[in-house]
Amino acid sequence: MDLAHVLHAFSNGNDGVYIGGCHLGECNFITHGNYHAVNMVLLCKRIMEHIGLNPERLRISWTSSAEGTLFHEYMNEFNKKIKELGPLGKSEGLDGEQLKSKLAEVIRLVPWIKLVKNEKLGAPLKNPEEYDRYFTKEEIDALFSEVPSYYIDPEKCQACMICAKRCPVEAIISAKQEVHIIDQDKCIKCGTCLEVCPSKFGAVTRMVGKPAPPPLPEGKRAIIRKNKEAV
Amino acid sequence: MVEVGRHPNIEVLTYTEVDKVEGEAGNFSVTLTRKPRYVLADKCTGCTTCVEYCPVSYPDQYNEELSNNKAIHIYFAQAIPLVTYIDESCLYLKEGKCRVCEAVCKNKAIDFNQTPQKMEIKVGAIILSQGVEPYKPQPGEEYRYGKFANVVTSMDYERLLCSTGPYSGEILRASDRKHPHNIAWIQCVGSRQATEGGNSYCSAVCCAYTQKQVILTKDHDAEAKCTVFHNDIRAFGKDFERFYQRAENLSDVRFIRSYPSLVREDPATRNVSVRYFIPGEGVKEEEFDMVVLSVGLQPPVDVKAIADTFNIDLESHNFCKIGAFNPMLSTRPGILVSGGLQGPLDIPESVFSASGAGSQVGEMLDYRRGELSRERVYPAERDVSQEETKVGVFVCHCGANIGRVVDVPDTVKYCKNLPHVVYAQEQLFSCTTNSAKEITEMAKEKGFNRVVIAACTPKTLEPLFRDTLREAGLNQYFLDMANIREHCSWVHSKEKEDATQKAKDLIRMSVVRACHLEALQEFDLPVNKAVLVVGGGIAGMNASLSIAKQGHEIYLVEKEGQLGGIASKIHHTLEGDDVQAYLNGLVKEIYEHPLIHVHHNAVITQAAGYIGNFVTTVKSDRGVSEIKHGATVLATGAEVYKPREYLYGQDERVMTHLELEELMSKGDERIVNAEKLVMIQCVGSRNEERNYCSRVCCSEAVKNALKLKEINPAIDIYILYRDLRTYGFREDYYREARARQIRFIRYEPDDQPLVEVVNDKGRSVLRVTVTDQTLNRKLAIDADLLSLAAAVIPSSQTEEISKLFKVTLNTDGFFKEAHVKLKPVEFATDGVYLTGMGHYPKFIQETVNQSYGCAGRVLTLLSKDTVTASGSVCEISEKKCMGCGACVDVCTYGALELRDSKQGKKAAINPVLCKGCGLCNSKCPTGAISLKHYTDDELMNQIDAATREEDEIMMKIDAA
Repeated sequence: MDLAHVLHAFSNGNDGVYIGGCHLGECNFITHGNYHAVNMVLLCKRIMEHIGLNPERLRISWTSSAEGTLFHEYMNEFNKKIKELGPLGKSEGLDGEQLKSKLAEVIRLVPWIKLVKNEKLGAPLKNPEEYDRYFTKEEIDALFSEVPSYYIDPEKCQACMICAKRCPVEAIISAKQEVHIIDQDKCIKCGTCLEVCPSKFGAVTRMVGKPAPPPLPEGKRAIIRKNKEAV
Repeated sequence: MVEVGRHPNIEVLTYTEVDKVEGEAGNFSVTLTRKPRYVLADKCTGCTTCVEYCPVSYPDQYNEELSNNKAIHIYFAQAIPLVTYIDESCLYLKEGKCRVCEAVCKNKAIDFNQTPQKMEIKVGAIILSQGVEPYKPQPGEEYRYGKFANVVTSMDYERLLCSTGPYSGEILRASDRKHPHNIAWIQCVGSRQATEGGNSYCSAVCCAYTQKQVILTKDHDAEAKCTVFHNDIRAFGKDFERFYQRAENLSDVRFIRSYPSLVREDPATRNVSVRYFIPGEGVKEEEFDMVVLSVGLQPPVDVKAIADTFNIDLESHNFCKIGAFNPMLSTRPGILVSGGLQGPLDIPESVFSASGAGSQVGEMLDYRRGELSRERVYPAERDVSQEETKVGVFVCHCGANIGRVVDVPDTVKYCKNLPHVVYAQEQLFSCTTNSAKEITEMAKEKGFNRVVIAACTPKTLEPLFRDTLREAGLNQYFLDMANIREHCSWVHSKEKEDATQKAKDLIRMSVVRACHLEALQEFDLPVNKAVLVVGGGIAGMNASLSIAKQGHEIYLVEKEGQLGGIASKIHHTLEGDDVQAYLNGLVKEIYEHPLIHVHHNAVITQAAGYIGNFVTTVKSDRGVSEIKHGATVLATGAEVYKPREYLYGQDERVMTHLELEELMSKGDERIVNAEKLVMIQCVGSRNEERNYCSRVCCSEAVKNALKLKEINPAIDIYILYRDLRTYGFREDYYREARARQIRFIRYEPDDQPLVEVVNDKGRSVLRVTVTDQTLNRKLAIDADLLSLAAAVIPSSQTEEISKLFKVTLNTDGFFKEAHVKLKPVEFATDGVYLTGMGHYPKFIQETVNQSYGCAGRVLTLLSKDTVTASGSVCEISEKKCMGCGACVDVCTYGALELRDSKQGKKAAINPVLCKGCGLCNSKCPTGAISLKHYTDDELMNQIDAATREEDEIMMKIDAA
């Protein structure tokens, strides 16, 4: 179960999302993915809060295949709850467009969220009492204020193509002898470019709290070759 | 059943009787009579038009005569083969007139000229599995069955609950066709009765099935009041204790420990009055809308004829006489017994014994293995990569299961308008052989290359339908199932319109997913023919021997310096058989077998590999060995809990039942001269810490008590228990113990016995204080010795072994099998099998049943040279991988690793180890990993289709 699946369902206008599975500790797979699913849900609920959605629209519950009654009960409860909450967005005072763009923004950040919260998302919580405080509102507010942007400095880039080759999502526009540009819409903020840019160039910077400067217009991207003596 | 029906090496002869068995093991000649069905099975399509027209209506045997059927009919909805037959009630057969069925059958399948056919078959071995029958209370007996309209047996009730039952799954009273709201169950009807007409033994399954019926009743009607009148609750099976608690904790459910009598039927309401006694409260009388008699199990009515025909002996209760230690052996060599004919058994035990009998047949006939077997041949797979996407949809009625709620014809009409759907039809039962044939034929005729089957859960029938696609020359992964039964008709039986809409939604989602499915290839892996067996107790040894006798090398690793396991501490069984003699025989056989290599004092340090190709490192007497094997059997057994209760370990007069048995066998003076001995049951079991029943301790207590009385007739024995669980034929020994003046005192978990050391007239005694519930006062017993029924717990290595072999444990730390009922000796991890007490506490006979069963399952793997691995595994796009390692961290199967490449670290997958759980997918930030058959593309589109209408989907699919 991916965070993106859940957010995708909400952006399709579903008023609620219910995730069901086997009881904790009884997963058929020894990977015990249901523990990870709990954490994903806890995180998602905080994210929902952050963007102004009622977190009760998302529920995760466990029922074994022999517990039809329980599943029935949970679904009815959830159905009732969602009916009470009313239509998604409207009930929370968000108009359709606003909601769509907020969700789209979060979906775009899912890869980055997975990366920075990877460890926390994978640590099994044995005690349900920990659930509520596992991810806090402050933590998620901070998370969204720390979203980085990566930027290639046109004055330092030597068009070596390394970052472009290594970018997992092909977000770097590159050509020989031309300054490389990060397509901010495609970028998943993994930081690979920063990591692999040869230190002698040091062309990639990580920026937090402000957007990356606009790219050089096409036709003006020829690199400024560094004077060999200066290196 | 469907699998059996379709298997190329199984010929099913229904409506057939065995007349004669001649010859001997390895070479039997069996004479059969095939009764005339008056229907040509290969022509009948199962359309049941004839049933509709048949004028004869008579009580339906399958539905316990609660409703009527016709003279020509299909026995039950899922019958194999699903064709009709005509029975003796037919007008033409009786009076020579009618023949309307012949007139209406479009396929000319009726043949009144059929006569009984004699046939003779040659077989090497015979397995008897005629099963059991429910006890039938005689009319006018104390239970008023057949006299009071609303008294039914549990079998009748089972039919009432069933959606193919007499009232299509509605629970109705016979007297007024109204829903009963206040229902009582009476346990032990025909069981645990030493009186005339009853059976002395405990039927072993009734407590659990009653609890199931209570839960199902509450499912049907949440307001229902359920009352169960019971004797001991015998929840001795795996997870049964929790199941019992679940039933008991439902609202308006009462479990009353009392022996009730049915006193009267109200002439107006036809309600039944029940009278019962509760200590401290006196006699009560209550009225119920319906009373269910929880009837026991007994041998088939014709069991004596069976015994004559097959020339085998029966035991005193008229079940098959079986081996004292090997319950699959009958008294005649070459004839094996599986299932209920051994005695009352639950489903898992039946499955063990069936597979186990199979394995023993394998031992007998190994010298000519494979001579008669046939392989399935599939047509060549059609390459559809250049074809336009075309979907065929089949909507199943599942008899009335779906059709009665969901408007199937309307749903089919809707499907026809979905994008890419070129064909849609309804089917009565998509799972029947005829329907499967129809699907393959339609695929060829209409040319569709994706199939959606809207029916039940894929869990049971997906393999069958994949097979159907292969028959049609399509890649088997071009199938998607929409579950419109469990997820729709069963839960929305009262909202027919909404349910139909939901069925349409589910199918639309399936169709969209089907459009995105890819053809996947499964691959064949070689199978190493050696087996590693972990644990050298009775379980490990029996499994080893059975496999070795079929020609396979065995590496048997035992942690101790000698074989035997916990059985080396048991001296005789409840039935009086000598365990040590049996054990010595087994050990000798193991050492003498040339294919079995025993490693003593062994520790497993490493385990790698996968089904067919494991590599395990073992440190033992033989040094460090690296063992290559194709299958792994875990038989690590159990230990005895070391009690913290009742002064155990503080006073040497307090011991466990097993320690008592040891002292008895040595003729210890303290035992021989003891005047009073107290036993306390459930020490460390059935509590919060261990919420399970240890299964064997009640019988162990009775066994020791009877033996003690033999050694020392003057001894006073008190057994303090909660529920006495001497199930099956063990009940007879419990009765004997009572007859021998052994006192049984029941205690409640919240009022446990108290044990203290007291000085009584200069003599130190163990004073046990317990509440006598009949007299409702405290009773103090001054005992010389105290024996505790200490819990059976998984052996200490179980957890470590489970991690090494990547298998799961249940909450109580026992091995978790792949399916409690249907796959009780396999793990979810392929190629790893389990048997013995590591699975759950059990008796020796049960262990032997399971161990042979385990061997049987191992043999099904080893009898092939290759094993097929699933095509639904993860795939990594190296380009997209950023080498973060999040996937590697979560894959406990060890299928993923990071490898260095020119472009930095990249994750790599070993598809053979991948189980397709998908966790790595959800961890991967860049979307580099996808799980084939469940790709993001497939799932996201399915999520979209949940809310979007057809036009929009059409546009999306076309754009893709």
